[in-house]
Amino acid sequence: MKQRLAVALEARPWIWSFAAALLVWIAIAASVAGHGAMATIAVALQFGTFYAVVGIAQMLVIAAGPGNIDLSIPGVMTVAGYLAMGMTGEVNSGLVLGLLVGLGVGLAAGVFNIVLIDALRIPPMIGTLASGFVFQSMAIAYSRHSHARPAPLLADFVSARLLGIPLIALVFMALTVLTAFLLRRSIFGRSVLAIGQNREAARLAGLAVRPSLALVYLASGILAALAGILLSAYSGGAALNMGGEYLLMSIAVVVLGGTSIAGGQASPAGLWGAAILLDLVVTMLNVLGVGAGLRFVVTGIIIIGVLALARGPEARY
Amino acid sequence: MAADNAPFVRLAGIRKNFGAVQALAGVDLSIPAGRMVSVVGHNGAGKSTLMQVLAGTLAADAGEIGIGGVERQAGYDVHVAQALGIRCVFQELSLCPNLSVVENTRVVHPGLGGFGWRRRCRALIVEALDAIFPGHNIDPDRTAGELAIGQRQMVETARAFTEAGTKVRLVILDEPTASLDADAASHLLRFTEAARAKGIALVFISHRLPEILGHADEVVVMRDGEVAGGGAARDFTEERLVELMGVVREAASEGGRTETSVGALRVEETGAAGRRLPLRLHAGEIVGLGGLAGHGQRAVLQAVFAAAHGRDGHWRVRGSVAYVSGDRQSEGVFPLWSVGLNTTVSRLRALAHAGIISLRSERTLAEEWRRRLEIRTPGIDRPITSLSGGNQQKVLLARALASAADTILFDDPLRGVDVGTKRELYRHVAEAARAGKAFLWHTTENIELENCDRIYVFHRGTITDEIPRAELSEERLIRASFAAGMSDATGMSGAPDMSGAR
Repeated sequence: MKQRLAVALEARPWIWSFAAALLVWIAIAASVAGHGAMATIAVALQFGTFYAVVGIAQMLVIAAGPGNIDLSIPGVMTVAGYLAMGMTGEVNSGLVLGLLVGLGVGLAAGVFNIVLIDALRIPPMIGTLASGFVFQSMAIAYSRHSHARPAPLLADFVSARLLGIPLIALVFMALTVLTAFLLRRSIFGRSVLAIGQNREAARLAGLAVRPSLALVYLASGILAALAGILLSAYSGGAALNMGGEYLLMSIAVVVLGGTSIAGGQASPAGLWGAAILLDLVVTMLNVLGVGAGLRFVVTGIIIIGVLALARGPEARY
Repeated sequence: MAADNAPFVRLAGIRKNFGAVQALAGVDLSIPAGRMVSVVGHNGAGKSTLMQVLAGTLAADAGEIGIGGVERQAGYDVHVAQALGIRCVFQELSLCPNLSVVENTRVVHPGLGGFGWRRRCRALIVEALDAIFPGHNIDPDRTAGELAIGQRQMVETARAFTEAGTKVRLVILDEPTASLDADAASHLLRFTEAARAKGIALVFISHRLPEILGHADEVVVMRDGEVAGGGAARDFTEERLVELMGVVREAASEGGRTETSVGALRVEETGAAGRRLPLRLHAGEIVGLGGLAGHGQRAVLQAVFAAAHGRDGHWRVRGSVAYVSGDRQSEGVFPLWSVGLNTTVSRLRALAHAGIISLRSERTLAEEWRRRLEIRTPGIDRPITSLSGGNQQKVLLARALASAADTILFDDPLRGVDVGTKRELYRHVAEAARAGKAFLWHTTENIELENCDRIYVFHRGTITDEIPRAELSEERLIRASFAAGMSDATGMSGAPDMSGAR
């Protein structure tokens, strides 16, 4: 019985993040005596969506195996946010151009990263860190002559609710389901997971190793750009520091969500549990009146704590 | 010369198992001071394991180790061995490529620290190099990585004979001449006589039989983890050595592959520069790649695999290719996946419509191959890591067969697999060949070559013999493996390159 439970838990690594999120929510609900407890979930879903989108990007990259990581996500978010807002020109009629340019930036960033990693053989950790600086610098240069606000239609879309649930949360939950499906059922997804477990075995099994890795970084660039555009729209315009916290958060939601940092296994559902958890923790600390400095400390401790709980001593890294 | 009644090294009843594989089955070896003992044997005979036990890098499971007349088995390790004056020169060169020759010398002499160590190390290594390889032309301030392979081998060898503090009592020379040219090799062999005169004991491992017979004092022949024979080197001939190394057996495979219907050409070597015999493989054929391990067989398999994916100009490959490695940990299994997913991974394209895999077809395929290869698992959803090694290897074979590839490359896939499983798999290979698949099979176990229609024997990257199955004998195989002579039966004229010069 005990063993069956252990097996069941091992097959569902995302459970931990949801369980932790539930505990934190109960704590919040208790401290506010139930007032507005439901609202905190809606807010957590709203902000959690941005975490989850970059989480999908980082999860695909990390699942492709040891050494693979995309540290350019904050830079891509920022430059894509600025360019999308700027090209849209604050009018609905400019949305198509703005979105195309914004997503195009993400695509270009992905291609740039692939060139660094595949052609120039630069380790992803260093290559994407460097390219992230390049993208951030481009955003700084562009920000000197553009402070565009989002088009009304986009701003309405990102803050719209359906039955009290943020609309974009529903949209990106659907994207998460699609990602899970592709990882399990598509040749691309299988290839990524195989490469993540054993790259040499994947090559000898006849899988397309380099194209699959390229696709992963492309997807990461586009999703990061999308997150940047949506966040800019939600915040009333792009800001130079908007990507900052997403470097840690993109990795935190992946790892807390139950994806193996060693690669070869992904846990898309867990991204949402982790994203909601991380947002609820901030809410809880705010409710308790804890200062900003201590909030980071607590967030760090929670990440470490959940990881230590979720994986036994014999966890494989 | 020291007295023979108290050998410097006395090993008795040494046993060593790796899992279920018995590498040493009770080996006795004694090495008198001032004598050179040559240990010979084919792949997997246990030579390297025995030497590692002697050098202290591997602990024996059982047996007695006496060094210098004192029993040492408890706590015997590499530090003790070094303190007792035991040195090794291994084939895998152990120099640090980023350090100079002088610095590499310092690495093995921790006692040489303090001011002026460079000067002292330089004097030591230059003296040793001059003594062993007169006219060596090696600048001791060059980094090891800059040296040619032969020069590195010289430094490595000379370094083993340098003394600082502990006296050198025994040097294990594992293929010391393999990467030396003929001149340097003869210098080294001459030096071994001087070393012996100083009372140093030597173990000499070589695949060049004339060197052994011409220079060693004693010969020990190993086979299947045991000593198959031995005695004074002058009492041996090459024929006798070859005979002792492997039983001369009639080629007869129990699978009953009597006739082969040879089909279309699948693999062809087009740029056979330096190779005397170009390799060819036809549909329906099982072709073996024999010879000692590491003589270029794996390189051929990798090149054919690369060529099938359009990346090698020296090979023409028709049809698709699958690869089965015997190194399942690093080149085979996907450890997080089930048996089923591991089986079907090379066949996904055919199981998918518009890039989406049909789970039902996938299950059917995995179940079919589980049944056909009798993979012992409660179900295809069980993790691959829950299977025994032999069954994991069956899954890898199933993956290759299920991939529907025209040609299957075997890189010693049944290494460490039990006999029963092997027999089953031989049968499946023969069956697949009858159905038109082509196999290129590298094995380090000579008996496995009896499953092949033809065998190419490799020696130092070139094919030295092509043996049809009807003519396969252990003797001819070993002869070609050691490049000791090429058979007339292939109609080739001229002797292979035996000079050893590079």
